[in-house]
Amino acid sequence: MSKPLRGVIVSHAGVSAALVAAVESIAGVSDALVPVSNAGCDRDALFKNLAAAVGDSPAVLFIDLPGGSCLTSAATYAHGRPELAVVTGVNLAMLLDFVFHRELPPAEAARHAAAAGNRAIRALDT
Amino acid sequence: MTIALYRIDDRLVHGQVVIGWGQPLKAGFIVLVDDAVRASPWEQELYRMGVPPHVELISASVAEAVARLPEWDADPRVGILVAGDVATAAALTGNGHVVKRINVGGVHHRPGRTERLRFVYLSDAEAAQLKALAARGIEVSAQDVPTARAVPLAEFT
Repeated sequence: MSKPLRGVIVSHAGVSAALVAAVESIAGVSDALVPVSNAGCDRDALFKNLAAAVGDSPAVLFIDLPGGSCLTSAATYAHGRPELAVVTGVNLAMLLDFVFHRELPPAEAARHAAAAGNRAIRALDT
Repeated sequence: MTIALYRIDDRLVHGQVVIGWGQPLKAGFIVLVDDAVRASPWEQELYRMGVPPHVELISASVAEAVARLPEWDADPRVGILVAGDVATAAALTGNGHVVKRINVGGVHHRPGRTERLRFVYLSDAEAAQLKALAARGIEVSAQDVPTARAVPLAEFT
């Protein structure tokens, strides 16, 4: 049996760990997501932490911003590896979608989660 | 105008550079000096993704940067130049080009380096290289974001 799809959240400061905790508290899923912070890391160190978090599982890498050190490390790591996919602009809604769609191939799970994350962004008139 | 910020940052172009410094300085262009990135159009595109459309990202090798510094200094826009390590920054100060200040923005832990500040780790050779720059009249300080205090070189070497 192949390894289950893993979500790796790569963020500035403690955002990734906070998102993992939030998903756990809402969905009760505790084995799907791994946080990686760029705190104190140069590009090489972040790359190594990312590799350790992914391990040998297929994974979707959720990045906080669509640019910067988290994205450059993650995109470089995932480049040319079809068992990995990358999504930027991570939010809670996309992660909640992801943890319930881990049976999908990485690229499809990434697109599905990104769509859920996009749908969650609204500007409300008050 | 001129290059308003010469920065040493091993993350190269990232949030602190684009948002933290780029916004208050109203930067119109950012020069990324790194031989490896210059050789990889794919990596250049990755860095470009993190830069707003109104800011030009210029990728340059060290040799290209040395040659083009006067051109960038004469650019009417405000510029930021980012180098990934002390040696690269030092290389840019030769060739008769005048650099008044160097900002040490982020040099992280690697074997052989010791912690000097929360965001600055230096080997003894790197510390000596920064002191040599200071001895030539260049003001060297460490400051990750503009709202933080600029820590003079003497306090972290």
